[in-house]
Amino acid sequence: MARKLLLEHINVPGINTFDVYRSKGGYASVEKALKTMSPDDVVEEVKKSGLRGRGGAGFPTGMKWSFLAKPEGVARYLVCNADESEPGTFKDRYLMTYIPHLLIEGMIVASFALGAKTSYIYVRGEMMPQIRILEKAIAEAKNAGFLGKNILGSGYDLELYVQPGGGAYICGEETALLESLEGKRGNPRIKPPFPAIAGLYGCPTVVNNVESIAAVVPIINEGGDEYAKVGIGRSTGTKLISAGGNIKKPGVYEIDLGLPVEEFLYSDEYCGGIANGKRLKAVVAGGSSVPILPANLFFKTAKNEPRLMSYESLAEGGFVTGTMMGSGGFIAFDEDQCIVRNTWNFTRFYHHESCGQCSPCREGTGWMEKVLHRLENGHGTLSDMDLLVDVSKKIEGNTICPLGDAAAWPVASAIRHFRDEFEWHVTNASEAVVRNYGLAHYADPLDIKETA
Amino acid sequence: MLRVDEAQQPVEFTPELITRFDDIVSRYPEGKQKSALLPILHLVQAEYGWLSSAAMDKVADYLHLQDIEVYEVATFYSMYFLRPQGKYVLEVCRTGPCCLVGAEKIMDHIEQKLGVKEGDVTPDGLFSWRGVECLAACGYAPVLQIGPEYTFYENLTNESVDKLIEDLKAKGN
Repeated sequence: MARKLLLEHINVPGINTFDVYRSKGGYASVEKALKTMSPDDVVEEVKKSGLRGRGGAGFPTGMKWSFLAKPEGVARYLVCNADESEPGTFKDRYLMTYIPHLLIEGMIVASFALGAKTSYIYVRGEMMPQIRILEKAIAEAKNAGFLGKNILGSGYDLELYVQPGGGAYICGEETALLESLEGKRGNPRIKPPFPAIAGLYGCPTVVNNVESIAAVVPIINEGGDEYAKVGIGRSTGTKLISAGGNIKKPGVYEIDLGLPVEEFLYSDEYCGGIANGKRLKAVVAGGSSVPILPANLFFKTAKNEPRLMSYESLAEGGFVTGTMMGSGGFIAFDEDQCIVRNTWNFTRFYHHESCGQCSPCREGTGWMEKVLHRLENGHGTLSDMDLLVDVSKKIEGNTICPLGDAAAWPVASAIRHFRDEFEWHVTNASEAVVRNYGLAHYADPLDIKETA
Repeated sequence: MLRVDEAQQPVEFTPELITRFDDIVSRYPEGKQKSALLPILHLVQAEYGWLSSAAMDKVADYLHLQDIEVYEVATFYSMYFLRPQGKYVLEVCRTGPCCLVGAEKIMDHIEQKLGVKEGDVTPDGLFSWRGVECLAACGYAPVLQIGPEYTFYENLTNESVDKLIEDLKAKGN
């Protein structure tokens, strides 16, 4: 069993309290950073670790930090993105619920590295229980002298606040999140300027995902080089995977990046295989926005190499035969699931969550939803698939923020890999409304060129 | 949609509520009190059950904002109710991963059990229900939440939903 860097103590009774967390070595990274390191040293360690943003984009965290502008006399902010809303993803909820001090500890070290005196954790509004957990943890940390004025006698001051969102997926996009934190509608901003130059209140700001900030703790404790030894290639460290759908053991798992997908899905240590004795039909490996893969392409790349849980291996084959790590929202579909229905469901989600600023996304998501709805309900035509691909191509890349892409990719990939199931919904319309297409040949080793 | 025809009771925030507003405003730099808008709207909704335009106008006064600045936020975010709801609003996740394990059947069951359509309030004023988008709890699906505490109910079955509704009925008003 691989060593856990984030969840090692998750099962210790009372680990959600300051005292127990501290007794397990908690807040050591704050002591190390504030007493023995300069802010630039901390940034350097994070760069060395190779940590990549865990919210979905996978951008190197240390590099993001080094872009932060530092004009004299201007406040800088660290904002933690805890607006976890990507369908399939629930790792941040888990981390904040059971080991909230890990996030608080990471926030203190990261804020110190960036020179932020006030930091915010923006939590999606539905997570009111987690907001209360974090507020209690912050009060405990403050009581113990890890927050507030002159932390551990270092002269560094930090106030940390929790901000609730209002229930909008778009606020997971960093500039929409900043707008929301300023008390406005969550409309993403045009970049540049990037938040590193002009973010919260127009000041230089870094926005990081919960898991990225938590990962700073082991990186500082053990050093960036040690962290980088875990994982594979440019996918360093461990990753929290939210596993859901038709598997035996849904839940959050911390894996070493590079774990074979087959082991992750079938071993009892992780998902435990497909539930109810069914067979695997398809997988969405990184949250609803990433391309869906049929079982055969999920297990093996087009080059016939076993696929691994890493940024590079999941992306192998590009969007033709690959997918993305995304936020690590792993959704398994068994043979009873209908791909058309699921694609319609996801598209309805994006239509609902589109902020409405950009016409391609606002109109395109609604259009795709309507077409998919009629296909699912037996009123589609054979030209609808080309229409959907056409609309998705016209959304992709033509919007201010990536929500447009996120809405387009699931549709394009579902049609690319499951076109005959979509066609079956047209040619056997009356049958399609009462039974599912089933597994067909998707789990068999079909010639991969056919799906390209 | 904003419904102006709903009964608009005059709104006066209690001193306790104002103290909590003040505490929230103190989290932001001088002059950035607008940041307090979302958290304050949550508090107001928890107090009154929904956001009437009278209540939103009061929030605008308190934060020195134009009324429209409050309306545009309240209409953008899905958690804010712009008309009266049941005392208990059952919000069922209806997004992909929950549907893989039966969320749609749970919603059908709730509709049948409560005897009201999505968005409507039961005659006794106790319940309303609606489908909401992904609640980030896909590993415990199907799930529903009930505000204002946003308590979570996981791995739902028809039986667990029945029991939940009966328990809430017994708790009543």
